[in-house]
Amino acid sequence: RDVAKRARMSSAASSATRAGSLNGRPGRSCIPIGPHVVLKMIKHYQEEGQGTEVVQGVLLGLVVEDRLEITNCFPFPQHTEDDADFDEVQYQMEMMRSLRHVNIDHLHVGWYQSTYYGSFVSRALLDSQFSYQHAIEESVVLIYDPIKTAQGSLSLKAYRLTPKLMEICKEKDFSAEGLKKAMIGFEHMFEEVPIVIKNSHLINVLMWELEEKSTVADKHELLNLSSSNHLEKSLQLLMDRVDDMSQDIVKYNTYSRNLSKQQQQKHQYTQRRQQENAQRQTRGEPPLPEEDISKMFKPPQPPPRMDTLLIAGQINNYCQNVKEFTSQNLGKLFLAEALQGHNS
Amino acid sequence: RSSPFLKMAVHGPVVKIHPVVLASIADSYERRNEGASRVIGTLLGTVDKHSVEVTNCFSVPHNESEDEVAVDMEFAKNMYELHKKVSPTEVIIGWYATGFDITEHSVLIHEYYSREAVNPIHLTVDTALQSNKMNIRAYISAQMGVPGKTVGVMFTPLTVKYIYYDTERIGVGLLQRTRDAPNRAKGLTSDLCQVGGAATRVQDMLTTVLAYIEEVLSGKVQADNSVGRFLTDLVSKVPKISAEDFESMLNSNINDLLMVTYLANLTQAQIALNEKLVIL
Repeated sequence: RDVAKRARMSSAASSATRAGSLNGRPGRSCIPIGPHVVLKMIKHYQEEGQGTEVVQGVLLGLVVEDRLEITNCFPFPQHTEDDADFDEVQYQMEMMRSLRHVNIDHLHVGWYQSTYYGSFVSRALLDSQFSYQHAIEESVVLIYDPIKTAQGSLSLKAYRLTPKLMEICKEKDFSAEGLKKAMIGFEHMFEEVPIVIKNSHLINVLMWELEEKSTVADKHELLNLSSSNHLEKSLQLLMDRVDDMSQDIVKYNTYSRNLSKQQQQKHQYTQRRQQENAQRQTRGEPPLPEEDISKMFKPPQPPPRMDTLLIAGQINNYCQNVKEFTSQNLGKLFLAEALQGHNS
Repeated sequence: RSSPFLKMAVHGPVVKIHPVVLASIADSYERRNEGASRVIGTLLGTVDKHSVEVTNCFSVPHNESEDEVAVDMEFAKNMYELHKKVSPTEVIIGWYATGFDITEHSVLIHEYYSREAVNPIHLTVDTALQSNKMNIRAYISAQMGVPGKTVGVMFTPLTVKYIYYDTERIGVGLLQRTRDAPNRAKGLTSDLCQVGGAATRVQDMLTTVLAYIEEVLSGKVQADNSVGRFLTDLVSKVPKISAEDFESMLNSNINDLLMVTYLANLTQAQIALNEKLVIL
């Protein structure tokens, strides 16, 4: 009985933290998205995405004062081996030029990418987003999770790099000191921007018509109780990442051990030198020349910290997703309990 | 001799439309040039033996006046090439126009599209809502007339169906819920709220069913056997499990989920700690 009570409290707690982060940071308003953009992204993944490959595309829209609005998008073809002469830039330029003729906003305000179980924190994403954000401050990357969407609820999130991370990318200083100076933790890498779907009146009319005419029955995937498959895969990915992380930690530990050993050696050497010099002085001989210590003991190479940061960010993301998923499932289990309670 | 239910003739393939096409058409109509009364564009999709599936579209700039019409064919060809790079399986299957009726200019445009595709489909969407509805109709052209004399073109209507991918249906579901929101804007809610929302919807449906049953029992409404069969189905779908078995199943599931939540929290605490130690 108290298992159930504990479950209720923990699900309430995890959903509360989730709601808190969804309010967005103060000062950053929501981003309105046109409904056909959403449908186009869904269609793009459905038709062209297979397995773990990601599909990408460009978002178009306008920037009104400091608010962003996304009004259209177009997909990017997949990178295949045989299209060696395919020119991405040319494709983009031609697409934008053509779209301008039909009055579609041709401002590149961001890009979208599909994800596999929430794994998208990578160096490639960071670089792309940095180049976009460098050009336009407000640009975002939309992450669309098709697997989560197929389970019943549209999963679309917009992310932006925090100003701190932008600074670091600008300096290209990814060393440990640089990161330490900026005090960046894995939680401060991306900030989520809430998005809103804005329907125009015409689209509203269309929705009413579709509801009337279409006979597609609702399958209620959202209330499906089977969850183990999804949970297993998410946990598997989490375990892989944690393995990567522990390897990194081992590397860092060896590095710091080497560093301290080297410090000791240097210290010993200087001491011996001084002793010898003192002895020589007593004997009246000229002291040995001061040798450059740093050249004798080359300092070990510090391991790069940026990858660790990315892995930590990814692990954090997986954990958040898993917690969301479990809180949702707990809700569903209680629903099933209520249904049984009436019957038994 | 004519039957009272005169349906539209179905002498051609069935047209299956994805909602993304309609949404794009609505959007291009909203962005049309000043003075243009309608928008036209190309339809892309796949052709089957008995049906045509429309999966994509793009608008084509055109000028229309009383006596002449000009379509930018270069543009249409270019856009098609670009689209082919992303989805090589989509072909031009026809064209669309917003507006209520088929005009003479449509015939000319249809001729152009006949050169691009075999038997093109013409889709009309009444975005100006002239008849208080968004009449979405599809036509295919057929030759008519007396052989030997001038041949005319007749547009025969086709059946239109809407088809969705699973994920599309969920997206459209969200869009439909958006239309009830006050300023036509709707955010994406957290997971638990969604379960709550779905539960409310099921509850509403159950209330409707219960009201119907009350009315039948009190004799106000005639009992319908087929509805009764559905109801029996519904009630027997809830599995009969003994109380202890159900409780043990429930508890083990809850334990699994709690353990996973605990591990996730532990991992997050661990990486946070690791970071603090490194930055020291």
